[in-house]
Amino acid sequence: MHLHVKRADESVTYELESGSETLLALLEKIKTAQDASLSFASDCRSSVCGSCAVRVNGVEVLACAHKPQDGDTVEPLRNLPLIRDLVVDMDRALACNTQAQAFSSTNSENIKVSQTDEKLNELQSDCILCGACYSACPVYAVNENFIGPFALTRSWRYVSDVREQDVADKINAIQKDGIWDCTLCNECVPVCPQGIAPKQDIVMLRSKSGVLGHMDPNMFGGGGLDFGAPSF
Amino acid sequence: MLDVLIIGSGGAGLVAALHAKASGANVAVVSKSYPARAQTCMAQGGINAALSHADIDSVEIHIEDTLKSSQGLASKEAIEALCREGVEAVEWLDRIGVPFSRTQEGEIAQRRLGGATHARACYAQDYTGLKILHTLYDQCNKEGITFYNERYLLSLITEENCVGGVTVLNIKTGEVELFKSKSVVLATGGYSRLYTKYSTNATGSTGDGLAAALRAGVKLSDMEFVQFHPTALKNSSILISESARGAGGHLLNKDGERFTDELAPRDKLSQAILEEIEHGGGEVFLDIRHLGEAFIDEELPQERKLVKLYEDIDPVKELIPIKPVAHYTMGGIAVDNNSQTDVKGLFGVGECANHNVHGANRLGGNSLLELIVFGKQAGENASRYAQGSSLTCKTDEQLARDKKFIQELRERSSEIDFYTKRAALGELFYKNVGIKRNEKDLQAALDELYALQEQLPQMSATDKSKIYNTNLIEFLEFSNMLTLAEAVLISALHRRESRGAHFRSDAPDRDDILFQKHTITYKEGESLCTYM
Repeated sequence: MHLHVKRADESVTYELESGSETLLALLEKIKTAQDASLSFASDCRSSVCGSCAVRVNGVEVLACAHKPQDGDTVEPLRNLPLIRDLVVDMDRALACNTQAQAFSSTNSENIKVSQTDEKLNELQSDCILCGACYSACPVYAVNENFIGPFALTRSWRYVSDVREQDVADKINAIQKDGIWDCTLCNECVPVCPQGIAPKQDIVMLRSKSGVLGHMDPNMFGGGGLDFGAPSF
Repeated sequence: MLDVLIIGSGGAGLVAALHAKASGANVAVVSKSYPARAQTCMAQGGINAALSHADIDSVEIHIEDTLKSSQGLASKEAIEALCREGVEAVEWLDRIGVPFSRTQEGEIAQRRLGGATHARACYAQDYTGLKILHTLYDQCNKEGITFYNERYLLSLITEENCVGGVTVLNIKTGEVELFKSKSVVLATGGYSRLYTKYSTNATGSTGDGLAAALRAGVKLSDMEFVQFHPTALKNSSILISESARGAGGHLLNKDGERFTDELAPRDKLSQAILEEIEHGGGEVFLDIRHLGEAFIDEELPQERKLVKLYEDIDPVKELIPIKPVAHYTMGGIAVDNNSQTDVKGLFGVGECANHNVHGANRLGGNSLLELIVFGKQAGENASRYAQGSSLTCKTDEQLARDKKFIQELRERSSEIDFYTKRAALGELFYKNVGIKRNEKDLQAALDELYALQEQLPQMSATDKSKIYNTNLIEFLEFSNMLTLAEAVLISALHRRESRGAHFRSDAPDRDDILFQKHTITYKEGESLCTYM
């Protein structure tokens, strides 16, 4: 089997015996037996640590959950500063979580959470911060400050939590460079290894924002700075 | 200068950081990866607390179960502290937003894990560790805790038995950096990756914190106690959570017959499975088919996904081939009941430390609890220590030494491939230092290990780049593994009895007269020493 790996500006082809291994297992084989300089990130190999997201033939996958085919091209994630080979710098992307105030603020006591309540954000709290959605998002081409899919999903995870008493600050935090910058293009949805639909969570946040008196800034032409976000 | 520096961004590190910050300290976290990528995210089963939501439980019974499982090697006082704080620990997690699974009455759901007499493990599907870790990370963001990511721990800086900071290798830049701090909390995780591919653990569980502590003169204890998880996937060592058995999963031999109590403690179960594999026909399976597809998808979604991916098997319809592999290391940095090591200002918490609550065999659900309870203790004590300390260590010497060391490694040619030797170490450990041990095998392993240590100066990273050199990091990890492997072996040779996870076929009985005590390992000059 041939595997093409994008390293800096060139594509390096590795020849491997094909088996039923995951892409991560093959990358490890390359590193330990062929080319120790190949750099990639990995840790748990069971799809929960979020370290090993890459793109295969242009689509984001977890290397540990992907079974490669002959001739596949492996590239680093997009929209993130490239450090080396398949390794990107996550610091700035992770800072979006703080910007979105995606955390519990209330520290509330004795609030009953029903099974139905818990299901409201069960899926959203499966997020492993792998960055696949961030890489797939086309908004970064026009707004590099976009809070982005995973941080907005994480925002909804707390906004929808019945234990949160006051979500106004959280909703305020995602108005600028946030929910209204999303084009609802759906690119983030199929790439999520956990089956989360950030677009759906963004729609929920827009609706909640409406209830709290916020308006789509693009609705009346966006004040002249329209980057192409649709009004609907 | 920092008040409190936390090394490691798993559950233990994040809890310590939050509590140190809450008690007024200036805190930072150094991590060899990113927060939320730590081993904690792999914990599936749950966190123990005697909430009595599923049946009538009590703190006393939790203490009793834990004491029993520890096989006389744990501290009753430490276990009492752990279990008594359990209820408050889970309530705290609930307050900060951990999305626990719920009962129909809206209480936190609980299930029974192996070795427990009651349904005590609070869970969030089979993503308990993941959801706790991420919620803690979100709280750290709320509190504005500073993270220095992708820094690999090189050395602890100590002077006159007091800590003053650490040196790290910045993986992104390749530079050696210095962090000065009045107190340091080691929360770097365990050393199960000594068993390389025969471990459920993430590849980062190489015991870096323990090795650095040992080099700085800190004592390690009970290093021979390595827990083997009974049910890892046969081909990939991927963990299948105990919750699969807690929910009613069966273990079957090659004839499709049950051969053991599936909810026995992990040490007993791993031994029974090994016996079946070695003498009963070579194969053991986990059977969860009778639980039904709906139940499996609701309670064990991760398991189904992983079994399909790694074994090409759908556990709803087929048997899952399994084997026991290294899962958790009970041994660790010796700490007292305040989480303090014998170096002033240096604290240890989580799997890297031995807080004497697991003894010879850890109960499922007690390690997540340990992170929360002792993470708080370590964070608060480190903060208190820092606020009463004015000490400033000399740091230049260590920094210069470590810069020189890294430079030498970059210049050293690699005549022997360390990846081959790393794989050999794992094979050796699984075979000779695994579930069953004896004097002859242990001694043979020690001889091989000494040979590897002698070859180490002929090994290095072949990649000489400065930027993001994971080849170099893996070599540094391998060096640490060789140090810790020796600590495990000399401890295992010393303990001529069988207790919990340490089973000696040449001394199959527990001997409380000679061995009901901790095995201590420490460094004197260049040699490792051990005593009991």
